[in-house]
Amino acid sequence: MQKISKKERFEAWINGEIPSAEEQLLNESGRHVYQSTSTVQAKRRHKNPRDYQNAFEIKAFQKVYNVLSVVFCLALIASLLITVSYLPRVGGTDNPGNNEVAERYIEKGLEETGAVNIVAGMILDYRAFDTFGESCVLFCAVCSVFILLKVSDRETAKENDRIHEPKNDVILQQIARIIVPLGLIFGIYVVLNGHLSAGGGFSGGAIMGAVLVLYLLAFGFEKTERFFNEKVFRVITCSALSFYCLAKSYSFFTGANHLESIISTGTPGAIISAGLILPLNICVGLVVACTMYAFYTMFRKGGM
Amino acid sequence: MEIFKLILMLFLIICAVSVSLSKNLLTSVIIFMSYSLIMSIIWVLLQSPDLAITEAAVGVGVTSILFFLTLKKIHLLDESGKQDENAEDQ
Repeated sequence: MQKISKKERFEAWINGEIPSAEEQLLNESGRHVYQSTSTVQAKRRHKNPRDYQNAFEIKAFQKVYNVLSVVFCLALIASLLITVSYLPRVGGTDNPGNNEVAERYIEKGLEETGAVNIVAGMILDYRAFDTFGESCVLFCAVCSVFILLKVSDRETAKENDRIHEPKNDVILQQIARIIVPLGLIFGIYVVLNGHLSAGGGFSGGAIMGAVLVLYLLAFGFEKTERFFNEKVFRVITCSALSFYCLAKSYSFFTGANHLESIISTGTPGAIISAGLILPLNICVGLVVACTMYAFYTMFRKGGM
Repeated sequence: MEIFKLILMLFLIICAVSVSLSKNLLTSVIIFMSYSLIMSIIWVLLQSPDLAITEAAVGVGVTSILFFLTLKKIHLLDESGKQDENAEDQ
């Protein structure tokens, strides 16, 4: 192999005509004949990305890797099964879960929170701080998706889904006409009845978000943009989160200082009862619905 | 009721295994949807209807829509013929 000057090599490398260092090594040892143009080489490599022919080490260790992965999987399954066998029986009376906390929730829950649905009383009254954190996590997730996927210039973006819309699919539109109002009403019902029956903010919000996504799929961006764009999203989410924060701060403040709260628990079973649980449910539902819809619009091309 | 529960559990295991075994990603997502659906029925049987509602809305609706979108974004939702061509090209 004749010597090439550094400048010539650099120029050839810029033009893409020189083999890389490892390929040169292979040439010198005579195992691999270098083809005259590197474009052929590149194409061939592109066609078969897992070319283990020349990678002797990988080939030699392939069997070891396979055996090791099987052994690792078996060990993992065995350890998980052994751990499960140590768990207490489902529904046993002396389980560690059956302590004074659960007893208090069940016995005093209705009296203290005013919520017929004990689960709602737990997550939005006793453990409202957790729920606030969860809502904030959702908000942060949407913010990071915005940062990653936002299309800065909507009109000039080449790959934009808006140009294909609306698709005018007859079946989809007819079904959406029936399902969207029913689903929205069901979602609102689940949110508003969160303290009385099964459900609550998160489930109702997820239903509403899914229905909004269906509406967007059937009728396109132009229809949904009239009532839901980025500004509306920002206003709704921020105000819901700050209202949640303020309301719970008030009840934490009064609770910690043994003050009389002005918010009464009302009569259990009435729609306006259970103190702060109903407004907090609405807040969580709004945040979740907006988040679902925003995720969908950001994941497809074209932005909100 | 016990037999019904056992059948559901069996379906659950079959779904969970076949999600990872199926070659086509679109099939995997659809099997995953049915997994969530069976799971929500099991939640109802375990007397937690609120979890069932959430599982149905999130697992069946939103998650699979996001999966479909991701598949579309990485160009795996084209027609089957095209997909093979792409697979060969890449």
